[in-house]
Amino acid sequence: MRRVLLLLPLLVLMALGVLFFRGLSLDDSVPSALISKPFPAFSLPALEEPDTVLTEDILKGQISLVNVWGTWCPTCYAEHPYLVDLSKRGVVIFGMNYKDEDAKALNWLAELGSPYRINFVDADGRLGIDLGVRGAPETFLVDQHGVIRYKHEGDINERVWKDVFEPLLAELKKEGKS
Amino acid sequence: MRKQASQLIVLLLSSLFSVMTLAAIDTFTFTDEDTQQRFRVLTEELRCPKCDGQSIAGSNAPIANDLRSLVYQKLENGETDQQIVDFMVDRYGEFVLYRPKTTGKTQWLWYGPIAFGAVGFLVLGVVVFRSRRQSDDDNDNELDESELNHVRQLLDGDDSTGRSS
Repeated sequence: MRRVLLLLPLLVLMALGVLFFRGLSLDDSVPSALISKPFPAFSLPALEEPDTVLTEDILKGQISLVNVWGTWCPTCYAEHPYLVDLSKRGVVIFGMNYKDEDAKALNWLAELGSPYRINFVDADGRLGIDLGVRGAPETFLVDQHGVIRYKHEGDINERVWKDVFEPLLAELKKEGKS
Repeated sequence: MRKQASQLIVLLLSSLFSVMTLAAIDTFTFTDEDTQQRFRVLTEELRCPKCDGQSIAGSNAPIANDLRSLVYQKLENGETDQQIVDFMVDRYGEFVLYRPKTTGKTQWLWYGPIAFGAVGFLVLGVVVFRSRRQSDDDNDNELDESELNHVRQLLDGDDSTGRSS
């Protein structure tokens, strides 16, 4: 009995080792505090039409993605082609141009093509704070009622889309029908 | 002489820079000392959402700058500390608090270490208590007469190393 007890510290240490080793490969993204909450109210100019004021109402009526991006963000550049691809497949994507300059952003879209239905301009990052944005890119999945259902930090690619977004979308579509 | 002059210039320049960094951290003017103190405490206790190991007071990340000025605005607008903390938690989750509230899952954070310590002391206590009782039972630390004689002999006897005198 005592012998077994002597092994206990070693066992505990090994268990901790396994735990910490697993921690190394854990995703360090923080779950959004806004899941299941309506997209925060905003009233911001459209990037493409500076005289138009957009509000959160544009997010109602369809399932959409809201992509937070800026020309200063290298990962946004990396994910851009995939977003264009998604929009060609019929996915509705709204852009939130985050802490950027309009001229640069328009230039970027002219050069790389725009996957966005329209962009709203959050120049000072105030809506970003309401959204709990930690950096760019971030992508919110918004349902047909304008409620945030998921947030993804980092780039969207084939793997993320297949593993995370497609199952969520399937669920949302089922909800919409019933 | 020339060396002294250049040293003086370096000194002057470096003092200039230290003033500049101070200015970068503290550009807010507060209505009173109390508000300034609350600002200091709040920004120390709110974690920068992007840079895990720093408070928004200690980080120069753009998001930390934004949040600092937001905290400043809210203080000047007369919001309470609790309102500001709630505002942050609503948006960034409990993650932003360096001192998370004791609810649900965070109870482990608060009481876990205490529980671990208590268990440790308990085990230590049991081990010490047991070993004491065992040695008492054995009566091993008391010498009988013949053993004492032996010790006396050893102490009185000549020491080959010459330390007995």
